Amino acid sequence: MYVAVKGGEKAIEASHRLLDAVRRGDPSVPEISTRQISEQLGLAVDRAMAEGSLYDRELAALAIKQARGDIIEAVFLLRAYRTTLPRLGNSEPVDTGRMTIRRRISATFKDIPGGQILGPTYDYTHRLLDFRLAGEGEAGGEGSVPEERTDPPSDEPMPRVADLLGREGLMEEDEDPVADEGPPTDITREPLRFPADRDARLQALARGDEGFLLALGYSTQRGFSNTHPFAGEIRYGAVAVEIVPEELGFPVEIGEIEVTEVEMVNQFKGSASAPPQFTRGYGLVFGHQERKAMSMALVDRALRAAELDEAAASPAQDEEFVLYHSDNVEASGFVQHLKLPHYVDFQSELELLRKLRAELEDAPAEAAE
Amino acid sequence: MTEDGYNFAYLDEQTKRMIRRAILKAVAIPGYQVPFGSREMPLPYGWGTGGIQVTASIIGRDDTLKVIDQGADDTVNAVSIRKFFARTAGVATTERTEDATIVQTRHRIPETPLAAGQILVYQVPIPEPLRWLEPREAETRKMHALEEYGAMHVRLYEDIARFGHIATSYDYPVRVNGRYLARPSPIPKFDNPKMDRLPALQLFGAGREKRIYAIPPHTEVRSLDFDDHPFEVQTWDEACAFCGAADSFLDEIVTDDRGGRLFVCSDTDYCGKRRAAGHTGSATRDPERGGA
Amino acid sequence: MPPGAPPLLSARGVTKFYDAIPGCRDVSFDIWPGEVLGIVGESGSGKTTMLNCISARLEPTSGTVEYATRHDGPADIYRMSEPVRRLLMRTDWGFVHQNPQEGLRMGVSAGANIGERLMAVGARHYGNIREAAADWLDKVEMDTGRMDDLPFTFSGGMQQRLQIARNLVTAPRIVFMDEPTGGLDVSVQARLLDLLRGLVADLGLAAVIVTHDLAVARLLSHRLLVMRRGKVVESGLTDQVLDDPEHPYSQLLVSSVLHP
Repeated sequence: MYVAVKGGEKAIEASHRLLDAVRRGDPSVPEISTRQISEQLGLAVDRAMAEGSLYDRELAALAIKQARGDIIEAVFLLRAYRTTLPRLGNSEPVDTGRMTIRRRISATFKDIPGGQILGPTYDYTHRLLDFRLAGEGEAGGEGSVPEERTDPPSDEPMPRVADLLGREGLMEEDEDPVADEGPPTDITREPLRFPADRDARLQALARGDEGFLLALGYSTQRGFSNTHPFAGEIRYGAVAVEIVPEELGFPVEIGEIEVTEVEMVNQFKGSASAPPQFTRGYGLVFGHQERKAMSMALVDRALRAAELDEAAASPAQDEEFVLYHSDNVEASGFVQHLKLPHYVDFQSELELLRKLRAELEDAPAEAAE
Repeated sequence: MTEDGYNFAYLDEQTKRMIRRAILKAVAIPGYQVPFGSREMPLPYGWGTGGIQVTASIIGRDDTLKVIDQGADDTVNAVSIRKFFARTAGVATTERTEDATIVQTRHRIPETPLAAGQILVYQVPIPEPLRWLEPREAETRKMHALEEYGAMHVRLYEDIARFGHIATSYDYPVRVNGRYLARPSPIPKFDNPKMDRLPALQLFGAGREKRIYAIPPHTEVRSLDFDDHPFEVQTWDEACAFCGAADSFLDEIVTDDRGGRLFVCSDTDYCGKRRAAGHTGSATRDPERGGA
Repeated sequence: MPPGAPPLLSARGVTKFYDAIPGCRDVSFDIWPGEVLGIVGESGSGKTTMLNCISARLEPTSGTVEYATRHDGPADIYRMSEPVRRLLMRTDWGFVHQNPQEGLRMGVSAGANIGERLMAVGARHYGNIREAAADWLDKVEMDTGRMDDLPFTFSGGMQQRLQIARNLVTAPRIVFMDEPTGGLDVSVQARLLDLLRGLVADLGLAAVIVTHDLAVARLLSHRLLVMRRGKVVESGLTDQVLDDPEHPYSQLLVSSVLHP
């Protein structure tokens, strides 16, 4: 007698054991530590933290280790952990004007108050594989570990380029966060509603998939909505996070996080109600992630089409399209759920198809009669 | 035996309260999709996160949970979800439909009729029945608000024009309580009539799409159709090869590469009970024939 | 037009800006039941923007558009509640696009395209819906045997007829048409124009027809508005405007067309 497939439970357990073994790899190779990951794969950690919406380098490194380097899987692990954490309060808006700068550049002015600071960047490296890194130990052996030899990070207040333009009246006014009523929207607590407010949009973009936003941002440069962007300013460094405990009534610094901030300066011809001026596209991401922050700023600006009375016909300007599809944990889950059994729906389709084919085969006979 | 470090049934109590408020609203407006603050779950989106959140919010220590996927208790995802609740809530689980207080399901309604006091929790991938017509949420919400459902019939019209009958076989749209158009989730249309005036409460959770909707007990649920082309369900020429049932939804099992196949109940609990009661089918009556 | 009867549609000072650029400026006119109004002008003159503004498809920056509803008299179409406006748009009004693909549901059959509006207002009898669809195919001089074919299997002219049938099935009182014969061969155009003229007269439809083709305007419309750079520069009875244009731009427009 035929026995239908049974024992799903045992199969799952065996699969998990196998997964552990595959994750560990060859046991004769030393196990990687989460500390090594957070120190030496820092950009992977940054991405996992940003898209996981959780600033914790150690947990992100753990997630990357557990996920065997699959960043989207690591993001998923972080998100599932984050959701169980109690919400103690909202921080004050971080002041990026008071950032301890490690890198800061502008493509719009040759010199800016505070200066251009190149900082650590791949931008001007030649992408040649450095085979010295393939050996055990660092290039040139133990004695020559590279040191950070620059001026200490600058913590002078540095005005934002966009604000310099604002003083001349050439840049639109920044939204006043205080004027906005109530605490900012949190799309991890409430569902997105459309049309979405800009705070909800920016949150969705900040935790959105880098690849998706990169492609969308790129599409705006290739004519699928043209926003004529200039990289007004890109800055990366540490900012203080402050909260106002109810019993104290004044802000207290609770720590520092590293962020990358991008302000795109975009052309705008003006509308019936506003004169020609520059407009902003804004990007802010955990860690050092310029590609992501720039993409975010491009997409943010594209999504402001309706607000600025621009014709919106391109994918990057379509709020529902962008925001509903930017979350890689949602996307990955739904794409991969196709692996789950669909016996019942498929059976229904199979029945239908057979019925239709049978009818089709009968039909010519009828016609011949 | 629950997992340390997590609240009973995984979700914190505040989240559960938020979800229960959404459920209450959903019950008050049958078929209306209530947006809710769906949480990130430790299971992937599309794998039942909506159903799990609904179940987690309503389950108590005295509940008995049954989880099915495709009608079966032993498919991998059903096992995984049942285990999740065994770990995080330590509740009793069962495979017997009549013993369960909560049945979480993906793609089927059990064959054993559900009774008053039971709750059926559906996992829903896409809650919006108008989505095939209109991809935009802002527009579909408007269509619901204004009861602009006529275009839904275009699809059914087209089926009849092309095939002579309505060719939608699962996730067949329904009108709930004469008002809201709803998707029954991808259950076969065979199960649609079971939804109508069901004594049990039906809750629908869509995690990724962040929507909850409900059909209160004894509510009218009508499958869309035309006056001159009424709604019909699937029928089979075969009976279940294991238990001989002629009234259940049958899965087709391919037994060899020479065209051999068996038809067996998709509902493993129903099939097992019938066999325990002495019913037999073609494969269980005649062991010689094997799986042919 | 019956003297003293209220207009079916009144536009007053309709203005629409895109960014800082005006699409149309300060357009005012009335249209009475059964009357066909032609809007002519070169491309970029604001004809289509204006048509969208008066057909509830594009809210003007300023100005009002009033429609004489069947039960409640004249009402501003942008002030009425959305359900009322949407109901009007799919019953009392029709909109014929230049490109039939924009006005048709390309994935479903000709019959379903015609039946959609009926189903939208509650028709639930398949046989009756098909009967109405066949009737309308016949009225627009299409082969009823092709009722179950998809729109892309039809020629451009036939698609346009199908779009017209789809709009007229609910017996609207006014139809807005944007270059309905644009993009068609001359011989196809002529037959479609004949059909349109017949339908409009038989059904007593009011229509607003945007066209850059003065021959189309002459054949179909009772009155004409000439638009240039978003503004109406001349209006009057069709023959009067075309035979004796007053505004220099109208004169230029008329003289640039070769008379057959």
